[in-house]
Amino acid sequence: MKSIPSLLAATVLTAALAAPAMAQTVRMGTEGAYPPYNFVNDAGEVDGFERELGDMLCQIAGLECAWVTNEWDSIIPNLVSGNYDVIIAGMSITDERDEVIDFTQPYFPPDPSAYAALAGAGEDVLAGVVAAQANTIQAAHVASSGATLVEFASPDETVAAVRNGEVDAVIADKAYLVPIVEQSGGELEFVGEDVVLGDGIGVGLRESDGELKQKLDAAITQLKEDGTLNTLIRKWFGDEAQTF
Amino acid sequence: MRGRRRAPPPFPMFASCTDPSTLSGFPWLACYLTTGKHLAFYFSFLVVLALLVLAAPAALAMGLGAALARRSRIGPLRWVAGLYTSMVRGVPDVIFFLFVPIALDQAIEWTRHKLLCPDVTEPIRRGNDFVVCAQAKLPLSSADAWVHDVYGFLLALIAYALVFGAFAANVLDGALKAVPKGQLEAAQAIGMSPGQVLRRVHVPQMWLYALPGLSNLWQILIKATPLLFLLGIEDVVYWARELGGAKTQIFAYPHPDWRAWYFGGLMLFYLLLTWISQRGYERMMTRLARGQKVAGA
Repeated sequence: MKSIPSLLAATVLTAALAAPAMAQTVRMGTEGAYPPYNFVNDAGEVDGFERELGDMLCQIAGLECAWVTNEWDSIIPNLVSGNYDVIIAGMSITDERDEVIDFTQPYFPPDPSAYAALAGAGEDVLAGVVAAQANTIQAAHVASSGATLVEFASPDETVAAVRNGEVDAVIADKAYLVPIVEQSGGELEFVGEDVVLGDGIGVGLRESDGELKQKLDAAITQLKEDGTLNTLIRKWFGDEAQTF
Repeated sequence: MRGRRRAPPPFPMFASCTDPSTLSGFPWLACYLTTGKHLAFYFSFLVVLALLVLAAPAALAMGLGAALARRSRIGPLRWVAGLYTSMVRGVPDVIFFLFVPIALDQAIEWTRHKLLCPDVTEPIRRGNDFVVCAQAKLPLSSADAWVHDVYGFLLALIAYALVFGAFAANVLDGALKAVPKGQLEAAQAIGMSPGQVLRRVHVPQMWLYALPGLSNLWQILIKATPLLFLLGIEDVVYWARELGGAKTQIFAYPHPDWRAWYFGGLMLFYLLLTWISQRGYERMMTRLARGQKVAGA
């Protein structure tokens, strides 16, 4: 019985030692649960705006890239401990996060966040019990708004909590909620005003990874200048989406 | 630890599944249940079974080793075994499951860094970052996704073996003490060496007393397998949550919240597994009791 794990370990070791100094692969960490930013499609592959953008950035910067999914909750710890090299997961640039990791320039403008609730619930829900994904700018916003915050590990659970009456409303990036509200057959609706939070979405990197940051920054600049980035944003977020 | 994507199986499986939006009823369901994502879900059941099949003997070996070491005449051996069992049994499992793979992973990479990149002068710990040279990474960044998967699985397996080994050590220790002294004395009397007594009489007779405790441990091990999810391994819980969540039309197969169905399925799977185990335990008990004088067997 012991021979199977040791055989596997040997395989891993040989694979690891056989190719010491080949081209570095940049491992791209994403959540895979936040359409249209990033999600795992029915074939089991990472898909969405950030998949397409990330592949473009890698191509421009001449990098070999591989995609990795990771729970949102541990996405920063696992970046700094070196399990992957960048976070490209709809992560807004905030001062708090900037203390722990670095960000490239934004590849997505500050996007409004919106509240959704069961149809006919009225604006009172904004001061009631509000669901948000843990460790997001929306969760921080609810906490400071005076409403009761209930945090969930995944975006999907925040919406499910509204549907089953566990909370009064959910707050998330509007781009995430729009298809959910539109396709709910009138069950859900937006309530209250949109709020603009954060300084836009950037690629997260380890603070010690200055070289990679420069490469990605240059690639983002190029995509901004030639208009490709705006085309990509409109493709995934519709014509009304904010662009650069 | 982390979740990693393995290369997706060919998709779609049937030619008729190329445009699911035109389908309904059974054909839709058949296509839905054979998407690449679902195949990964089915595969994850094998991952759970593989963990059980590998972790159980590994834990048993650890446990037997520790139980025998605790009875050893060599002091340090006794102390190490005692420290190991009381420490693991005294710390919540979840903490060990989270600690062991991370600590092990960093220890391995740290050692490899020192061995493979002696010229790098920058420290490994830079502020928040844990940075080892590219050659020291395990697995290498350039390794295939499956290598990363296997590596993560092995780290988890070690954590399971460590935790359950400590509990098994206690069970086996008790069982070793339960063997009637007369049996050992009789073995000695016919001229067996201490090693022979241990191998031919003590350990073989001990299993009968160990089995109820080990069977308990096995059931707990089965029920602890969803902790794989905590370690970022794409196990049955990960996929049930991922597949069960409501899907908008950005997905090929939109559907409402189906988590209850998926988790219900998992419940059946685990019930079946523990039921089969119980059957197996009863049969083993009858077999082991043959020829030994015990009450009720």
